[in-house]
Amino acid sequence: MLTYTVRRIFSLIPVLIGMTLIVFAIIHAIPGNPAQVILGQRATKESIAELTRQLGLDQPWYIQYFDYIKALLHGDLGVSLRTRGPINEEIWPYLIATIELTLVAIVIAIIIGVNAGIISAWFSKSWFDYAAMVFALIGVSMPIFWLGLMGQWLFSIELGWLPTTGRENVRDPVASITNIYLFDTLIQGRFDQFKVVLQHLILPSAALATIPMAIIARMTRATMLEVMKSDYIRTARAKGLRMFWVVYKHSLKNAIIPVLTVIGLQTGLLLGGAILTETIFGWPGIGIYLYDAIGYRDYPVIQSGILVIAAIFVLINLVVDLLYVLIDPRIKYSK
Amino acid sequence: MNNEPILQIKDLKISFQSGKRFLPAVDGISFELREGEILGIVGESGSGKSVTSLAAMGLIPSPPGKIETGEIIFDGRDLRNASEKDWLTIRGNQISMIFQEPMTSLNPLFTIGNQLIEAIRIHTHFSKTEAKARSIELLKLVGIPRVEGILKEYPHQLSGGMRQRVMIAMAMACNPRVLIADEPTTALDVTIQAQILALMKNLNQKTNTSIILITHDLGVVAEICERVIVMYAGLVVEQGDVRTILKKPQHPYTKGLLKAVPDLKGKKERLLSIPGTVPTPGTVVQGCRFAARCAEVFEKCKSEIPDLYQSEKDGHEVRCFLHTLKEEGDEHVGVPS
Repeated sequence: MLTYTVRRIFSLIPVLIGMTLIVFAIIHAIPGNPAQVILGQRATKESIAELTRQLGLDQPWYIQYFDYIKALLHGDLGVSLRTRGPINEEIWPYLIATIELTLVAIVIAIIIGVNAGIISAWFSKSWFDYAAMVFALIGVSMPIFWLGLMGQWLFSIELGWLPTTGRENVRDPVASITNIYLFDTLIQGRFDQFKVVLQHLILPSAALATIPMAIIARMTRATMLEVMKSDYIRTARAKGLRMFWVVYKHSLKNAIIPVLTVIGLQTGLLLGGAILTETIFGWPGIGIYLYDAIGYRDYPVIQSGILVIAAIFVLINLVVDLLYVLIDPRIKYSK
Repeated sequence: MNNEPILQIKDLKISFQSGKRFLPAVDGISFELREGEILGIVGESGSGKSVTSLAAMGLIPSPPGKIETGEIIFDGRDLRNASEKDWLTIRGNQISMIFQEPMTSLNPLFTIGNQLIEAIRIHTHFSKTEAKARSIELLKLVGIPRVEGILKEYPHQLSGGMRQRVMIAMAMACNPRVLIADEPTTALDVTIQAQILALMKNLNQKTNTSIILITHDLGVVAEICERVIVMYAGLVVEQGDVRTILKKPQHPYTKGLLKAVPDLKGKKERLLSIPGTVPTPGTVVQGCRFAARCAEVFEKCKSEIPDLYQSEKDGHEVRCFLHTLKEEGDEHVGVPS
């Protein structure tokens, strides 16, 4: 297991290098001199030349690239053009806010999606199966922004049960420690705030969970149906094992690997693709951070944002790969 | 061994839905398994052997399968009335089953120990440690070396023969009264086959578990069974004592099967086979179902279905008109068509 983990981690190095190259190339493909952008239209030639030298932009591209990598390895993501602050400090709270939203959404999607898929396969061709699969089809085809707006209209405006936007009550802000508000409020014993934070999470996470939930449900159902025809499932039944355990122990463990792949990919997509949801619900996450940066042409922020999201995506897939081995003992022996 | 029947199948009819029709897979078979005996059920693929045994486990997939009529009497009660809850106390506890494919019959993602201990703890109140001790005992019983190590291994780390031994150990976990073995040696090579058969014979003698051995190989039957049932197209065509049937088969189908067994001592000649195939369920056959492939067919066979007739020796029964003719003192006038 250890050697496999180490080998998998080492195999990430080329992927990460490739990622930095692409991000670096994209930024350099944008026409115009960043120094000009920073200083604005009315800057003098001298000041632009001075800043170009300061930023190292007069160096050949490979020197710039190595400087960039060197800074990255020191955890330095550069400086925001807009705020002049270090990006690695600025990006953090936004990133954590997005991670909190994504985690809640994907947990909802997994719990409901996997169970709906299992029950649909167990009682295939029952009314539950048909209903669940129709809902899943609707879920996959639903545009998230429309669902988000409808949710806001119904639950916030018409019924007044849930807040429309934001993460917390602005008049009673959460004292941030880790910036995962559910966790912060709990360890501070502020259960009233915990409730408020939870209420703020419901609508955006439900909107975000819909598509992955539907995909997970359909995937689980398909693989479970396949697995439940296997000989070892018949063996488990012949032992006198209750159907619940036959399904949830023997079948699920065999059916879960393709589902895990989907969960990993969907989690990555949620992290990077939450911009729409975050804008609708005013969620101060990395989506909004990037959206603002694009508006101000804050290239270093855009560059770092893309890099961070891509790195997390790669990391999630690493975790999924390691989970495969924990679940299926045959994997580590095949190579 | 005494002659008390422990499992009786009476006039069992099972059909499978195909489209809108129900096609019979087992068409009214009756037999009994006596306490402590090894009973062979022989027949080609599609003759209804496996379906019959699955019915005795309450594992006919439904839909599409359906038991139409008949009784499955175990221990004095009809299992057709058993609820799923009743079945849970019977399966793996009173009646166990091992399957044809040892390669795929064990769950690949759980260790041997996990699967064995599970089988034990479903039906007992053993603690994990007690169940583990019992697993070790069982694995020794089925002749597995380095028992402790095997418990931590996964099925893919074992050979086919070893896996089948594990399957047998699992089936024997709760000292079942009946063990149904559905072609347990078909997927194994010959030397391993002999070992597995010897093991089953041994278990039968040690624990007095009655065994139903389903096979298409009369050689296997000859090796360990006491009585044998020959099935054809969902019907019993001949049943009786193994020695009698092997020496003096009455039904042309049984004769054909016996001729199809390769003989090491005999001259090298082309192996005989029975021409044609088992009629698929749903094909309407007038008269005897074997008539189309029978070498000794005559007119009556094509219009009427023969009953099971008692033969000269006690308990030997044959479903063939040839036999009644002899019994009635008639001259057999059939000519091969």
